[in-house]
Amino acid sequence: MHLDHTHPGPAALSADARRPDGTRRALRVGLGGPVGSGKTATVAALCRALRDELSLAVVTNDIYTREDAEFLLREAVLPPERISAVETGACPHTAIRDDISANLEAVEDLEDAVGPLDLILVESGGDNLTATFSKGLVDAQIFVIDVAGGDDIPRKGGPGVTTADLLVVNKTDLAPYVGSDLTRMSADAKAQRAELPVVFQSLRGGAGVADVAAWVRGQLAAWTA
Amino acid sequence: MMTRAALLVLADGRFPAGGHAHSGGAEAAVKAGRITDAASLEEFCRGRLHTAGLVAGALAAAAALGADPGELDAAADARTPSPALRTAARRLGRQLLRAARATWPSLELDAVAREFPKGAHQPVVLGLAARAAGLGPEDAAHCAVYESVSGPATATVRLLSLDPFHATAALARLAPELDRVADRAVAAARRARAEGVDALPAASGPLLEVGAEWHAAWPVRLFAS
Amino acid sequence: MDGVTVTGVRAQARIVARADGRGGTALPVLDGEVPLAPRRTRSSGSEAKVVLVGAMSGPLGGDRLTVDVRVEEGARLHVGSAAATIALPGQAGGEARYDVRLDVADGAELHWLPEQLISAEGSDLYVTTRVEAGAGARLVLREEQVLGRVGERPGRLTSRLTVRAAGRTVLDQELACGLGAPGGWDGPAVLAGYRAVGQLVVVRPEFGERPVEARALGECAALVPLAGPAALVSAVAPDALRLRRLLDEALTRLV
Repeated sequence: MHLDHTHPGPAALSADARRPDGTRRALRVGLGGPVGSGKTATVAALCRALRDELSLAVVTNDIYTREDAEFLLREAVLPPERISAVETGACPHTAIRDDISANLEAVEDLEDAVGPLDLILVESGGDNLTATFSKGLVDAQIFVIDVAGGDDIPRKGGPGVTTADLLVVNKTDLAPYVGSDLTRMSADAKAQRAELPVVFQSLRGGAGVADVAAWVRGQLAAWTA
Repeated sequence: MMTRAALLVLADGRFPAGGHAHSGGAEAAVKAGRITDAASLEEFCRGRLHTAGLVAGALAAAAALGADPGELDAAADARTPSPALRTAARRLGRQLLRAARATWPSLELDAVAREFPKGAHQPVVLGLAARAAGLGPEDAAHCAVYESVSGPATATVRLLSLDPFHATAALARLAPELDRVADRAVAAARRARAEGVDALPAASGPLLEVGAEWHAAWPVRLFAS
Repeated sequence: MDGVTVTGVRAQARIVARADGRGGTALPVLDGEVPLAPRRTRSSGSEAKVVLVGAMSGPLGGDRLTVDVRVEEGARLHVGSAAATIALPGQAGGEARYDVRLDVADGAELHWLPEQLISAEGSDLYVTTRVEAGAGARLVLREEQVLGRVGERPGRLTSRLTVRAAGRTVLDQELACGLGAPGGWDGPAVLAGYRAVGQLVVVRPEFGERPVEARALGECAALVPLAGPAALVSAVAPDALRLRRLLDEALTRLV
């Protein structure tokens, strides 16, 4: 029945940097942020930018099961076996922070199935401004907000905006239409985040996409150093 | 070393072992119109307690008594005809094993992780976790039978926006029955130690099994099972 | 107990099916005791056909009925019943037992397709069906329970079905319902007011390699692969007729 003897030791527990066979596991980067801010689109853009140079995979955490995973499949940003959906029982923030067990299964299963991997992107379902990833699950996290959600979000702060390793302010092309002041958002973000980086991104125009990809490359370089 | 508080740690709904993403069949019963309020939730829980709950309690107690996990896992398979439920039970078993190994490190749990890389049925792991925590078969059975009703109750609060006080009161009303079922489970587990796993109860709820397959086929749902 | 002991009936039926060496199936053993009477009927091809007659009058409270069937290597047997079996309250009172043992050897085939078991008001029956199927055995088994005759409350019925195939237990299920059964039996997790419940077990060696695909057949029935060379259809329905229709439909998907 259970003849899978590929594991020389028992599986890793949480954020252990090495897999049971002693090799270094993939870097795990979380992407969180409010509903509709463009997390899934950012994941898709990152996959397109990095898939030729890195071996990567994606885990989605949806409120309604597989919606985001299916978007990524339709967009064909990665082969289907590199995309895995975690079901969250209507509570995505629980699955990325309080009880990370299902996500840990998903990232490890992906490494077993399609590895070795350099990078796994873990996308949270759209949630509130306090949703952050557990350090037991990801090594670094990106928080994605958008200009249409209100230009006062950086000023208001909250754990996502304040502590994420990278803040992405998305949909900058919409700023003139929704009356958002990018200069003010930038200053507020700087005030909240001190030295932590911020990228202004427009997926439509392409601005910022390369900066986010470069930041991920930097994280990966530090991880494998 | 046995402590009563260890039981509270293991039985806590926030124990990070993935339970929050599962409804224990409640989501299917809600959609079918069979759970509509606190009274029908209580009757659902009562039925689940005396069927899946009794079986889970006996498996957990038997594992806590030191029965062979492989035999118990096969017995759980035979008592779980729905493949959707077998998959859910294994997935939850694997998640629980991860949490238990981090919480109560033990060579026995490590050995189970090696033997079942894809996970063993959750009640079996629950019994082993209880053992690792220094708890006995009565504790393991109580934990399992309580989970058989607390999961659906929490899920129904989310699914129907049911008054959480009413759901909790329903659980409290079931408490004397929970104790009796746990006692039966332990007695059966002790019998199985002498007579083999066929002596374990095999109580089943046809609508739980059939509903699980129906639920698994939905394209959109809130809970994994 | 009132001190008066009335013992129920103890009866056994035994059937042994054996390949006759000419491509057919012989029945070297075909025994029954009242109320169990197995009769050979016209066969088709290599298969022997048996009908259990008269099962209708029992079991009553206190009865202990046993049916033992053995299908030996290369034999093919089809067993049906002439009418539904009705569990009734008896003079002796107490629980009645009905134990069915089906042994299907490697390379043998059994169709076990009795009519419904009806639990009448006031009855108390414990049924066990144990199947031991060899590595290359083929089996189609149908089990249907009806809770009460028309407009009647059901008695207590507990039914355990255990199927071993190729050396491992692939199914072990017990359903307890009716007056005096553990709580919640008529609630949303178990029967929810449905009065007919049934299972169809199909064992085929090829299912070990290529299990059937799990399929929900509406919200009241499902076809599932078991953990071994077997498939199961489980169904609940408002009445016996609709249950039979569900199971028959599901069986055609398996053929």
